[in-house]
Amino acid sequence: MRKSTTQAPALLAAILLGASAASGPAFAGKADDTLNAAFSAEVTTLDPYKESGREGLVMARLIYDALLYKDMKTGEFRPELAESYKVVDDKTIDFKLRQNVKFHNGQPMTADDVVYTLNLVSSKEYNARYQIAVEWIDRAEKLGEFDVRLHMKKPNPLALEMLAGNLPIYPKAYYESVGSQGMSVKPVGAGPYKLVELTPGTRYVLERFEDYYAGSPKGAAKIKRMVTRVLPEANTQYAELVNGQLDWIWRVPPDDARNLARQAKVAVSNAQIMRFAYISINPNYQDGKSPLADVRVRQAINMAVDKPGIVKALIGGASQAIASACNPIQFGCETDVKAYPFDTAKAKALLAEAGHPDGIKLDLVFTSLPRIQAEAIANNLGKAGIQVTLNEQQYAPGISAWREGRAPLLLTNWGSYGVGDVGLSVGQFFSGTGDDLAKDKDVIPLLQSANASMDRAKRKDDYSKALKLIADKAYWVPLWTYNVITAHSKDLDVTQNADEFVEFYRANWK
Amino acid sequence: MLRFILRRSGSALILMVVVSFVAFMLIFAAGDPAVKLAGEAGSSADAARIRALYGFDKPIPVQFFHWIAAAVRGNFGHSLYFDQPVASILFDRLGVTLLLGLTSFIFALVLAFPLGIAAARWQNTWIDRTALVIAVVGQAMPTFWFALLLVILFSVTFPILPTSGSETWQHFVMPSIVLGYFAAPAIMRLTRSGMITALETDYIRTARAMGIAPRNVLLKYALRNALIPVVSVSAAQLGYMLAGSVVVESVFAINGAGRLAWESILRSDLPTVQALVLCFSLVYVILTFLADILNAWLDPRMRLADARTD
Repeated sequence: MRKSTTQAPALLAAILLGASAASGPAFAGKADDTLNAAFSAEVTTLDPYKESGREGLVMARLIYDALLYKDMKTGEFRPELAESYKVVDDKTIDFKLRQNVKFHNGQPMTADDVVYTLNLVSSKEYNARYQIAVEWIDRAEKLGEFDVRLHMKKPNPLALEMLAGNLPIYPKAYYESVGSQGMSVKPVGAGPYKLVELTPGTRYVLERFEDYYAGSPKGAAKIKRMVTRVLPEANTQYAELVNGQLDWIWRVPPDDARNLARQAKVAVSNAQIMRFAYISINPNYQDGKSPLADVRVRQAINMAVDKPGIVKALIGGASQAIASACNPIQFGCETDVKAYPFDTAKAKALLAEAGHPDGIKLDLVFTSLPRIQAEAIANNLGKAGIQVTLNEQQYAPGISAWREGRAPLLLTNWGSYGVGDVGLSVGQFFSGTGDDLAKDKDVIPLLQSANASMDRAKRKDDYSKALKLIADKAYWVPLWTYNVITAHSKDLDVTQNADEFVEFYRANWK
Repeated sequence: MLRFILRRSGSALILMVVVSFVAFMLIFAAGDPAVKLAGEAGSSADAARIRALYGFDKPIPVQFFHWIAAAVRGNFGHSLYFDQPVASILFDRLGVTLLLGLTSFIFALVLAFPLGIAAARWQNTWIDRTALVIAVVGQAMPTFWFALLLVILFSVTFPILPTSGSETWQHFVMPSIVLGYFAAPAIMRLTRSGMITALETDYIRTARAMGIAPRNVLLKYALRNALIPVVSVSAAQLGYMLAGSVVVESVFAINGAGRLAWESILRSDLPTVQALVLCFSLVYVILTFLADILNAWLDPRMRLADARTD
């Protein structure tokens, strides 16, 4: 269950926390209005289009603002740097920009900055890390000093999702003079915090931007300073949280969270996120000659796994078992699909019916998932006569084995880029691309149409049909949603969003 | 002596090329670098784009040749992950790691020499046994465990030392102790056995018979001979410490070359890994080289043996 880099035994955390009875000095951030946070992973760059890690993207949302903002409570899109926006047609959106926005270097934001940024990051030469965020942009056009028109290559139902937070706006003059490398260490944005000090890969000091524009849906930052440090070892984080040098850490494994919750100054909170676990079944394994080609075998696999039992015993928190190939909080996630309740006897019967009364043997490749969860699944499957050999892999070789058809079963997780739309979950895996091994002739057209339509009702309908088919044919074993555990100072009031972003500008002292 | 140096440099160079080729191959063996660079949210299309962009689709020997041809000209390329020149990334990180290596090494010597000498001088007494226990514990205890114990003691229970970072000298105290203690046992035990052997030799008996003060016999006559194997081992231990720094740098959040190496391997950042492998093997080569010269100085027979084979 642990994600600690050195795999230190859980016992150690217990000793560590036991030893903390004699408490440390008052380093706590409340006194000097400084929020001390730690990440395990390094922030690669603050030129966020080049960043692939979650931590860097979290930081970027503090420093940069985008045209739109997504309210995670209501799911609605609100104008951020834009004052208003209008969807002109399937391939065109017009933006009226706010006239009171300043970048951290004091320069006012105009249409030039927006046009420059959108054209820059969508260019081939720029080489954005996640093309999905930018590849749909044809070009941005200046209509006036504060008016911008965005042209799309093809209708993109996720355009607003991408424009909300995922497409930060850069100051044209500054970026032109410093380039990507300059931006990566001395970022200048229009967000609620500005970066004042940075030791690459180690320490980032942010300060509230006092000239932040009125009317932003983010609101001005409440806490004056924020110091973020990179502490790769989880136990070091616990030590500092307990003695007050840290106010906030996240991605705490459940067993450590229980220990931390017993500390006098520490509060632990838990939030459901977009990420979910699943087993992907390759029906075309060994050119369709393996037992997996038979839908009854795939259904048997579905029935053999005791999802609620595993969630209860090993995951807990806000996680829940799922039946459909998406996260229920995503738009378009049809949950009324054929369900396969846990039933070992029925799974066995289905296997026998498919001509395997003595059971079957398969490899199960898994990656980016705690081993104990994989073992629990393997144990469940074994009881139904599906003997799996667990093959734990690093992410890259695991996913390559899957894409190249060398793995019959892949157990892993998917975060949907934190976006609440099934276009980025089921839409990614069954639309006939290199990530789709089922290549189902009925599913592909439904998803292709839904992925390219701006009509929400039609999309919902198409996704629903596709998800029902996927469940009927049992191409996946959808497992459970994830949750993130945050441990923070009791003085701090901060919430964790389902998109795996943390809105530190809303955080405040109690 | 010049021939000795030239021959050593030649074999060192070949060694470094071989090491860097093996490292290059291992990166590919550990999974498709394009998939790793695309990140855990990257689609198969992202991976394909990166594969073509960085030429990962070419045969590995061809890629290696391209890399080494540029490296020879002093161009280590751009980090695929940081999108910055490798040289500038390395420059900052290596300094911290070398400093940590040095302070740890000093700690190791300060711990190992007196204990090793004392254990030999008072062989089979409680002093010897205490030294043995210290050595065994140092060898057996995993570094991350010892590091966390120190954190509990000096940062949580008695908060006198900082847990993370490398800004002040205080930041180096715990990491140096952890890393130095890991390297000390081998040096300590070798000092002890070297001293015991030396103390039993005829010339020491003669020196004693001549009435030379026991302290001088011990530190001047015996130690010099006992040191010869210790020097070679110390050089190797310093190399091990660079390897051990991966764990210690993680626990104490020191942004050094060890951590960079480990993370770059996970990220398949080929140019960075290659440059680091080259730097580390260079450090090894220089260390063993220095050890050889130091030994030659300590023991004239080595110089003479080398001259005779010429």
